[in-house]
Amino acid sequence: MTAQILIDGLIAGSMIGLGAIGVTLTYSILRFANFAHGDMISWGAYFAYAASALLGLASTSLTTPIAPFSFGWSLPLATVVAVVLTAALALLVDAVLFGPLRARRSAVIILVMASFGAALTLRSLLEFIFTAQPAYFTDELQIAIRLGGGMRATPDQLLTLALAVVVVTAVHLMLTRTAIGRSMRAVSENPQLSGVVGIDVRSVVRIVWVLGAALACVAGVMAGLLVQIRPQMGLDLLLPLFAAAILGGIGSVPGAMIAGLIVGLAEAVAVQTIGAEWRASVAFLILVAILILRPQGLFGRAA
Amino acid sequence: MLDLFAYGAFFLTMALTYATICLGLNVQWGQTGLFNVGVAGFVAIGGYVSALLTTPEAADRVGGFGLPIFVGWAGGALAAGLATFFVGAITIRLRSDYLAIATFGVAVAIHLCVLNLEGLTGGPFGIGFIPRPFASTAGDPSVFGALNLVVMVLVVGLLYLFLERLVRSPWGRVLRAIREDEPAALALGKNAVRYRLEAFAIGGAIMGLAGAAQAHFIGFIAPDNYMPTLTFQVWAMLIVGGSGNNRGAILGAIVVWGLWAVSAGLVSAVFPPEQQARAAALQIVLIGASLCAILLLRPRGILGEVSMVSRHLGASPTQIAPATERQNAEQA
Repeated sequence: MTAQILIDGLIAGSMIGLGAIGVTLTYSILRFANFAHGDMISWGAYFAYAASALLGLASTSLTTPIAPFSFGWSLPLATVVAVVLTAALALLVDAVLFGPLRARRSAVIILVMASFGAALTLRSLLEFIFTAQPAYFTDELQIAIRLGGGMRATPDQLLTLALAVVVVTAVHLMLTRTAIGRSMRAVSENPQLSGVVGIDVRSVVRIVWVLGAALACVAGVMAGLLVQIRPQMGLDLLLPLFAAAILGGIGSVPGAMIAGLIVGLAEAVAVQTIGAEWRASVAFLILVAILILRPQGLFGRAA
Repeated sequence: MLDLFAYGAFFLTMALTYATICLGLNVQWGQTGLFNVGVAGFVAIGGYVSALLTTPEAADRVGGFGLPIFVGWAGGALAAGLATFFVGAITIRLRSDYLAIATFGVAVAIHLCVLNLEGLTGGPFGIGFIPRPFASTAGDPSVFGALNLVVMVLVVGLLYLFLERLVRSPWGRVLRAIREDEPAALALGKNAVRYRLEAFAIGGAIMGLAGAAQAHFIGFIAPDNYMPTLTFQVWAMLIVGGSGNNRGAILGAIVVWGLWAVSAGLVSAVFPPEQQARAAALQIVLIGASLCAILLLRPRGILGEVSMVSRHLGASPTQIAPATERQNAEQA
């Protein structure tokens, strides 16, 4: 029972963590809290859902489950397509909305407000296209395997956990070891100065959107595979994402991931002890606590 | 003809309850620059507290205290004001978008509470039988509608006069000074945190009052009335009308509520019944796209902010404006 909380928490937490990395990157480099990030998660999931369904129409062999998982090759292929489409969507929103506002040197809070408007527009569009009915990648049922110590997990769950670890490690290495990562960190420190030393700030902004959207899409596919796909899924994740990004310290990728796991574990504990209907309050309580006690977050620097 | 009048009165009364929320948001955002994404939560507090105070005693939940309606209104405003005060006390010192995130969280938490605290709020089924003003005239829709409209016109009118006085008072000037140039205001010895907190709480109390008024006008409340869509509509109203301008807040509420009603009519006329829930999502897309378009194309809204000076200065606002622009240019 108690060991199962660990598994449930880690799985929920890895989805929150992947989303929170995108939030923390846009926050530290573009300098605003992006309320539309949750809806990138939903759009990523629906892109993958649509692509997977189309692939399934093209060839039924693609939808036959790959043992021991519940999905066929159409889902991994669709995820690749969805990552590209979600990144394109993020770049489109930036080109139409945030880019012009930045060019006009609008106040931070105007960008936040615009992201709030974009969030509801994107979500309602999804609701119009796909209706509010939940959708699923697959109808297959999976039996959880025993992991010892009373813990159980389905193969799908274990796969998504492993995927999260690989993705986060890759993003961390990219930020710390590559030239792109160095320019991103430089822009996050000081955009004017990094422009002066020859860093192309615009391409860094594009990379941030692409990276954030790609991670959001992966998180969306994971949530869609393990839970369900709904237009509201991104909105429901938004508060945990913000809580994790602030708890981890704005700008810190490992911080966002660890804090995501903390939020996920705390939610799992609350679901077991208080009841599932109060799950959403956990992220709020963590958020309030961190804002009172340590606003710079666990791994952040004081402003 | 009478139907049309009753509908017109209903439409305007609803628009004016939104105008009240909008006036509250204008104190927070328009005058002070505080970004509140939890409007729906504070409106919900006003509605639920007022409903709790005024409904007749109910067997399946706490209260119904059966108090008069105006006690409910005052209680709703007070409770929402206190709630905003506490939220502000935690977050107002922090970066401006932390306030946005925190208020968003508050709205989620309040929605969760009204949904789950069934012994207090009736849970997902909400609270019914909220006493409506002039309920004795309800048999005649046009009289009932007209009397309720008069009440809302009075509320919005009095609030407008009060807020216009407030923004022109020394207190209002300090607020704008802090919004425009905080270090300068601090250097003059103004306690920026305290002023912001006061403005935030006053705005919250007005939202609570609006929530109470809305609850009593409709007579029924449920958690689904207080979704982020409400917050979003109110923001669109303020931005369209012109933030920083109280008349703009009222005008924006009527314009956007009108757009909302017209688009709802179009949806029900154009789409077949089984597609209507889906098509209703297009209404939100429309409002969202127009909010973004206004931010891009005409950030000051229809009316925009007018520069205000103390009436004791005697100078006309147009003469003052160039001087402040010059100061801004020097600082930049």
